Amino acid sequence: MGFSTRYRGNILVVSLAGELDHHTANDLRHALEKELDKDIARHILLNLSELTFMDSSGIGVLLGRYRRISAQGGKMAACSLHPHLERLYDLVALSKIIPAFPSEDLAVGELKKDEVRQP
Amino acid sequence: MRDWFELRIPALSQNESFARAVVAQFALQAGDWSIVELNEIKTAVSEAITNSIIHGYEGSPREGEIIVKGQATPNKLEITIIDHGQGIENVERARQPLFTTKPHDERSGLGFTVMESFMDELTVTSALGQGTTIRMVKYLCSATLQ
Repeated sequence: MGFSTRYRGNILVVSLAGELDHHTANDLRHALEKELDKDIARHILLNLSELTFMDSSGIGVLLGRYRRISAQGGKMAACSLHPHLERLYDLVALSKIIPAFPSEDLAVGELKKDEVRQP
Repeated sequence: MRDWFELRIPALSQNESFARAVVAQFALQAGDWSIVELNEIKTAVSEAITNSIIHGYEGSPREGEIIVKGQATPNKLEITIIDHGQGIENVERARQPLFTTKPHDERSGLGFTVMESFMDELTVTSALGQGTTIRMVKYLCSATLQ
């Protein structure tokens, strides 16, 4: 699995590629924890357009980061879901926790919209 | 015509991807599975093997082994995943959605839920100290409609 991180404002954009399973989940967990330790990210956006496989180990690592960012008052969203992930995403109703948007711009807009509303 | 394979691998997480790919290739060769169905099969296999590695052998002093067996007819795929690890104390409880013995390791407790949902039949037999066998069957959609 490959992944890269970048920032759009205070949104940490994580692009995942390949297969996220039990084996690759640990690498991702450590890399994201390190990035969150920098205290730059308020929200996390997962770009899943190149992620061709994910199982419940992947869900575990995503939910772990969700817990951390939401405990700090932030949000987590996903965008450009690869078609292969749709069944799993639906099965566990992941969109209730990590809403999925058709494009990165739409997701960023949604995450930022919340910020504007805040006093 | 009945086709079959048997695969023995060390119980290491880096072998999960390989095992998934073998099962998917076997299924594809045997039946006219859709991409969606193949992904369901791969995900279920991944859950079963992860289960064996984490719950069968984690903390075990010796390196474990996982056996993956497949049988197929054009309309039916049967995959069996066998480990000789610690076994599951309470299979019924383990199959409950979101149940996990390892919440601190960020285990979601969704493994069996995924296997049950993505396959048509799931049988789990386990004995403490002897290991676990997970048997999963999937029927081609067109076959179940007949």
